[in-house]
Amino acid sequence: MGAQRPDRGRDKASVVVRGVSRVFPGDLRALDRISLEIHAGEFFTLLGPSGCGKTTLLRLLAGLEVPDAGEVEIGGRAMAGVPAHRRSVNTVFQSYALFPHRNVRQNIAFGLEMQRVSPAAIARQVDEIAELIDIGALLERPVDALSGGQRQRVALARALVNEPAVLLLDEPLSALDAGLRSRLQVDLKRLQQRLGMTFVFVTHDQEEAMVMSDRIAVLDEGRIAQVGSPQAIYERPEDVFVARFMGHENLLAVTRHDAGGVETALGRFEGGFAAGTHLLLRPEALTLHADAPPGSSGNGFLARVEECLYRGAATDYRLRCGEVPIAARVTNAGRSQPGVGDTIWVEVAPDSAATLNARRHTG
Amino acid sequence: MTRLRRDSLHLLGTVAPGALCILVFLVAPSIYLMGMAFLSTDATGLPALPLSVQAFRELAGFGFLGWSPGNLYTLLRSLWQTLLATVLVILIAYPAAYYISIRPARWRPVLLLAVVVPSWTNQVIRSVGWMNLFAPGTPISDLAVLLGITEPRMGLFPSQFAVIVGLVYNFLPFMVLPLYAAFERLDHAQVEAARDLFASPLAVFRHAVLPQTLPGLMAGTVLVAIPAFGMYVVTELLGGGKATMIGNLVAQQFAAASNWPLGAAGALIMILATLLGLWVLRRLGRRLGGDREVVI
Repeated sequence: MGAQRPDRGRDKASVVVRGVSRVFPGDLRALDRISLEIHAGEFFTLLGPSGCGKTTLLRLLAGLEVPDAGEVEIGGRAMAGVPAHRRSVNTVFQSYALFPHRNVRQNIAFGLEMQRVSPAAIARQVDEIAELIDIGALLERPVDALSGGQRQRVALARALVNEPAVLLLDEPLSALDAGLRSRLQVDLKRLQQRLGMTFVFVTHDQEEAMVMSDRIAVLDEGRIAQVGSPQAIYERPEDVFVARFMGHENLLAVTRHDAGGVETALGRFEGGFAAGTHLLLRPEALTLHADAPPGSSGNGFLARVEECLYRGAATDYRLRCGEVPIAARVTNAGRSQPGVGDTIWVEVAPDSAATLNARRHTG
Repeated sequence: MTRLRRDSLHLLGTVAPGALCILVFLVAPSIYLMGMAFLSTDATGLPALPLSVQAFRELAGFGFLGWSPGNLYTLLRSLWQTLLATVLVILIAYPAAYYISIRPARWRPVLLLAVVVPSWTNQVIRSVGWMNLFAPGTPISDLAVLLGITEPRMGLFPSQFAVIVGLVYNFLPFMVLPLYAAFERLDHAQVEAARDLFASPLAVFRHAVLPQTLPGLMAGTVLVAIPAFGMYVVTELLGGGKATMIGNLVAQQFAAASNWPLGAAGALIMILATLLGLWVLRRLGRRLGGDREVVI
């Protein structure tokens, strides 16, 4: 086997996207001069709200869409003019797109059949992948007799059996219920680490993206807002859009900025902040005190507790300081906690706050 | 009243009217027809006792003057013309239905209507229309003469060609509509999955498009082939005796020739041929559809 098959194989591939644009009729610019570099063997996630262009970008990599401008390289090879069926890239579709007239085994075998692999080799490879994904018992079943989670695994096996240089996953978990979903997140992450394959994963769920990815690109209206590790994206979002999308609520408009600190509606915060329109306070980096500790630097403010949400390992507080709502998360370590209605002093550690801009990539 | 009895009465009440209709309008006439095929004729050609297989002997070509292959040819010609017309209808309707299905939504009903409206006109009138188009001396016939397709002053009508055109034209809507319905429901994700899994354009069609449109194709084939096989108006008008089909033969026996048992025997053969055709189609559908039952 192998002679007729395209440049497939265990050699994982990098993906380079250079200045890619895609315009749809009706003047909706789905992608606007996107540039990205995805490393070989990386779990890379395209994250963004619906309509941000993440699925379009994935389809461009698969060859199901053609860019209006710019270029795509997979494994160092330019993909211009290479149709989907000649690319060593396979996709797990959001709807799974299994062939209903074929059973599970025939579905998984489809890609190998199309590459004219010998029937014996196909049978062996299908059995192998079925064991890896743990669907060996389902092989002879018709696909319409499968549950959602089983279909998802079959779709995954159907793509993986071809050993693509890059595996594309288009919101593969979005149709599943929460419990199954978090289990499959872990499974998928482990599988990727075991195979060392390049995964490009599309999702609109920032927690899913953080759990699974080596790196994340946040997309906003067809442009890349930020690329980085989950930690970097969460802790140091570069603009308000990314911060909001990653779940941050404590964004204070900066009214004055100087070398010594910034001024906001909650008063002045000392520190060497970069210039920016907003100040971000991460909820888990705030500490709550019954009274202002003596000799406090002034990086803090008084607030009233409006709501306590006990979550086991931590408690989420909804605070209010004047008109400004603030969210704080405190780990429960057996200390006495403030209750609803208490007025407390919120201490902001200097390294837990950062300034950022309204929108980095305007124009 | 016991539950069982109530259920039985309920069943009887709901099923009986339909069953009665089928019995009166389908089963009884069929039995009557089948019986008639095994009767002999009286002096006026009407069916009479005793029972005999005379009609089948005549149908097979044994007459007063010995054996002639005429009827056998008619049967074979019927099968051939039905097959040809059906294949041509598929070749025209398949791309047409696809084309209509990818038009903007507001255009689709208009295009479908354009396909269907002609069939609201009487078959005879439409056939006469083709007669006028294909008659000797018309531009189309002149063009055919110029291309050496037909003899000067012969025209394209009457001919087998005219019959095929008439059949294709007549039955096109019955193929376009079910195929359009299939294309409209087409799951494009399957098409993309096939492309993504290394299928060439031809393989995409074979493995992702054809299986999805197969039910429509099968329904259309049944709707076209069965009536085409029994067609006699179009063949009568456009064939001018050159392309008679088994439908003409049967119609003749019940009318001018006045040999009802022979007509009944012909009808019986038609029914058997149709059932055989359905069986072949079903097997074909199962093979193309990957062992999935395609209901026709």
